[in-house]
Amino acid sequence: MTTLVFLEHHEGEFVKNSLGVLGKASSLEGDTHGVVVGSGVKELAARAGAHGASKVFVADDPAVEAPLPQPRVDVLAKLVRDGGYDTVLFGQSVLAADIAAALAARLEAGLNWDLVDLVEQDGKLVGKRPALQDSVYADVGWSSAPRIALFRSGAFDPSETGGEAQIEDVAVELEDFSANATMVEQAHAESEGPSIEDADVIVAGGRGLGGPENFRLAEELAQALGGAVAATRAVVDAGWYPYASQVGQTGKTVSPKLYVALGVSGAIQHKVGMQSSGTIVAINKDANAPIFEFADLGVVGDLHEIVPKLTELVRQRKS
Amino acid sequence: MTKPSDFPPPFSWREAVGPPTDPEDERIEVGVAIVGAGPAGLACAIRLGQLLEASPETAERLGEVPVAVLEKGKQAGSHLLSGAVVNPRSLRTLFKDRKRTDEMPFFGPVPGEAVYFLTRHNAVRIPAPPTMRNHHNFVASLSQLGRWLAEQAEESGATILPETSATKLLVTDGRVRGVRTGDRGRGRGGEELGNFEAGSEITARVTVLCEGTQGHLTGAAVGAFGLEGESPQVWALGVKEVWRVARPLERVIHTMGWPLRAPARYREFGGSFIYPLGADRVTVGMVVGLDYRDAELSVHDLLQELKTHPLVREILAGGERLEWGAKTIPEGGFVALPKRLHAPGVLLCGDGAGLVNVPALKGVHYAIESGRLAAEAAFGAVQRGATPATALGAYDDAVRESFIWKDLQEVRNMRQAFGRGFWMGGALAGVMTATKGHFPPGNARTHPDADQELIATGRASDYPAPDGKLTFDKLSSVFASGNKTRDDQPSHIRIQTRVPAELGRMWERMCPAQVYEVQGGRDGTADVQVTPSNCVQCGAITAKGGRLTPPEGGSGPEYSLT
Amino acid sequence: MKIAVCVKQVPEAQHKRLDPETKRLDRSGEGALNAFDANAIEEALKLKDGGGEGEVVLVSLGPEKAIDALRKGLAMGADRAVLVADDAATGSDLLATSRVLAKALERENADLVLFGQQSADSDGAVLWAAVADRLRRPVVSQAAELSVADGKVRVKRQTEFGYDVIEAPLPAVVAVSDAINEPRYPSLKGIMGAKKKPQETLTAADVGVDASDVGENGSATVVYALGEPPARGDVQKLEDDGSAAEKIVEFLAGKRLV
Repeated sequence: MTTLVFLEHHEGEFVKNSLGVLGKASSLEGDTHGVVVGSGVKELAARAGAHGASKVFVADDPAVEAPLPQPRVDVLAKLVRDGGYDTVLFGQSVLAADIAAALAARLEAGLNWDLVDLVEQDGKLVGKRPALQDSVYADVGWSSAPRIALFRSGAFDPSETGGEAQIEDVAVELEDFSANATMVEQAHAESEGPSIEDADVIVAGGRGLGGPENFRLAEELAQALGGAVAATRAVVDAGWYPYASQVGQTGKTVSPKLYVALGVSGAIQHKVGMQSSGTIVAINKDANAPIFEFADLGVVGDLHEIVPKLTELVRQRKS
Repeated sequence: MTKPSDFPPPFSWREAVGPPTDPEDERIEVGVAIVGAGPAGLACAIRLGQLLEASPETAERLGEVPVAVLEKGKQAGSHLLSGAVVNPRSLRTLFKDRKRTDEMPFFGPVPGEAVYFLTRHNAVRIPAPPTMRNHHNFVASLSQLGRWLAEQAEESGATILPETSATKLLVTDGRVRGVRTGDRGRGRGGEELGNFEAGSEITARVTVLCEGTQGHLTGAAVGAFGLEGESPQVWALGVKEVWRVARPLERVIHTMGWPLRAPARYREFGGSFIYPLGADRVTVGMVVGLDYRDAELSVHDLLQELKTHPLVREILAGGERLEWGAKTIPEGGFVALPKRLHAPGVLLCGDGAGLVNVPALKGVHYAIESGRLAAEAAFGAVQRGATPATALGAYDDAVRESFIWKDLQEVRNMRQAFGRGFWMGGALAGVMTATKGHFPPGNARTHPDADQELIATGRASDYPAPDGKLTFDKLSSVFASGNKTRDDQPSHIRIQTRVPAELGRMWERMCPAQVYEVQGGRDGTADVQVTPSNCVQCGAITAKGGRLTPPEGGSGPEYSLT
Repeated sequence: MKIAVCVKQVPEAQHKRLDPETKRLDRSGEGALNAFDANAIEEALKLKDGGGEGEVVLVSLGPEKAIDALRKGLAMGADRAVLVADDAATGSDLLATSRVLAKALERENADLVLFGQQSADSDGAVLWAAVADRLRRPVVSQAAELSVADGKVRVKRQTEFGYDVIEAPLPAVVAVSDAINEPRYPSLKGIMGAKKKPQETLTAADVGVDASDVGENGSATVVYALGEPPARGDVQKLEDDGSAAEKIVEFLAGKRLV
């Protein structure tokens, strides 16, 4: 098995999801190589060895500076064909999804996405993915090579194997249409904090907060954790928080790494909007609230006492 | 003692009647406008299609859209809910020489039946009362039947307009000209949102109201044209679930008794039904008259309690709940029928008109037959040289000559008899059946459900705590109805929100969808908080002191198996 | 300007289930227009309304009854619908689906091809890039804002890091996010008129795709098995005795979340 892992990077650092996928790939049999595409990325590429790549291809060219998918498809397609890779892995992101799908079409290869694991089973490579809002798990596979896969954010933790990778430069050769889309203005770090859809951490407030003025507790905790604030339908109905923050069946669906629910009962209308969150912590004074049936950590208590302390402790840790 | 009717809702039927206000060129002209894609409305559309097919000149007179059916649900069937054991006669008449019974979406003929009288732990089999015998009848899902009828209606040339509510009856010079549809895209405060779409005015030569229970425009028509019946309408609330089951149920079951209480002072009239829907599904439901007096009575919770009875538990063992729903059933029968079923430009059909045989628990075949007869009258009214008034009056004559009238007349006093309690009521019902309605003579009055004074008995302490497997809470049940109503829209529920705490708590219990919640005021006055997006539009609130009006089109449940 | 919108009919949300036999989504029940596609249709209609003239055509691969979902798009204001309904195409994965759609789109030769953010059935947010590659056209995804001027499309793309502004010359492929607009409600006139708008139902062969290149034969991925998701792990529940805040931090630290 020969695996190529796309190593996405942003502002001089590898994207965590890519490193996680790289680590996973290196634990499977066969060679694991990485590819880094961008401009001025040679130094970064060398660091991939520490996370599991035995070799890293570097396509360093101003023509591919902007994080656009199509030029990267050209680079990867050539690598896969020339190197005969049978497996190409990506960590899910807006950019990676576009590259992976286009690459599948380019190579007439199969793509499985939203995977949370990859195993070798009965001589086959099997991907594991949740479906139907995480209510079902499917074992998926490929019927031909190369096999392309996209992994959910947070599926694997990066590991430091401490190795060194052999670096190989590759030239960038683009198809006639690949450079048609151009970056006019690139995104920079958000000053306001992440939006609910993108946040890794969400602190949600429900009726148990007691009143709109208490959303301040959720906001302060969210800020300390570097996350966004969400609200349940009940409090949005009551006018305590704007509809744009509503999470649930008739609001937004989110799956952050951490979801902290303050005074949220956990009725199914809310649950379906956040049940695939990585870790769920709930604080509610009603011991029978349905949320305690699916929260990873449920705390029965007064959130007015617990949350300010929690916020303070989190701030201390971060500093 | 508190009576819900002492706190009437801020609503008058006058709001739902008025002249057209859109400029003429913006109005949409159709031939016949049918409000409601339920069994009555679709039967009407299908029959009209048949008649127009045989009469092309009439079809031409009706213009580009000869038949339009307005449906407030997401699609036909989304708001249809019933048991149901259907008498196939009306469908056979409607589809004479066009479809066989085995081509209709039934779950087969009734395999066998049993009636039980329940106590907490036992079930005593009793002979099926004559009104309840279902030999020759078929089991159906009304929602599925509705979808099938919609397909037939479209094939016969009707245009179905889903997600379209009808909010106003357009009347000028004492004649119904059509309907106004509801706005879409308003925010909670009534403000116009980015994708606001104002309602339209649909003008038609004949408007047929097939809105089902608590029909909004039907109520308006009755008020506007003075069609009130001799006795007020009363309702029952039915709450039901559809389950996948491990073993097929081989009979249609009805129960009486537990968990309802027999003594007259409770006025708990009703029972349960358990029907097989094919080999792997079962539907179980609880129906209770809304003239009950206990402020803690919750039909949803009574259904959950019922499922814990050994008889029912066994049927559902190893199964899984698939869907849940609720709807009111008009129970006034013959004495509560409108004085006439027509007025200039308009016809009334089905449950909206109260055409339900309560003791037999049947209404679907009356709805279908009334829709068919309405189609014939409407067709007559649009003929060249016809006098619409006479032609529409022929609908009333036709209904009075049909089996609908005969059946309803026979059982006209039965429901009222049960106001005297289960045993007395049962005895009287027996006499009525034996004499085919001749005894007792005359018509017993009904009394508005909202006039019943509330009592408190601690009933709620018997409701089972939901376990998420056999018994369920209301919110997860609303979810299981497919309800995904858009939150940011004006409330469609009219009630007084500052009422005696006892009344507020009665609404809390009554509503199967947890729309009402009492804030504060354990005794004395309380504020009622309303969550309209939970509403499955069953209509119970209208019977008990408030008023349901149609929300934005597309709102409400999305039934498919009920 | 001619705009093609790729849309899909998906099973009604409530009864979504995977068929244990085929291990694919059970599409036998009621279906509806994929909600995310409504955003794409709306964006196309806005462009057409703004430009004064042009055509919006809906393109879909699905079973025959998917024509109902397409009608909703026509009721919103699209001009035409093209459905590739071929039994052979059942069970098509991304590869096979993109193959058929690309051919159908080639036939249309639109200036702009729009997709919705994701599909409510397989939750896949990837189809457009595969189609764009086959069409050899520039692709931009996650469009939160879109405008067309001087033969170019300008997109505000929403990424994990914030918003990029990207330009591409037409013809181009753009996938819109659900934040881009609030889809309009179809007017009654629209619903009534939908039936009369041109609707084509084609086979795979009609668009130049061989039956062996669609469906399971044309796919390169398989579903081996379906099962229960792993349990969330032990649910811990504790009562606050004054130290809850510390315990929460400990818990989060153990998971490396703080």
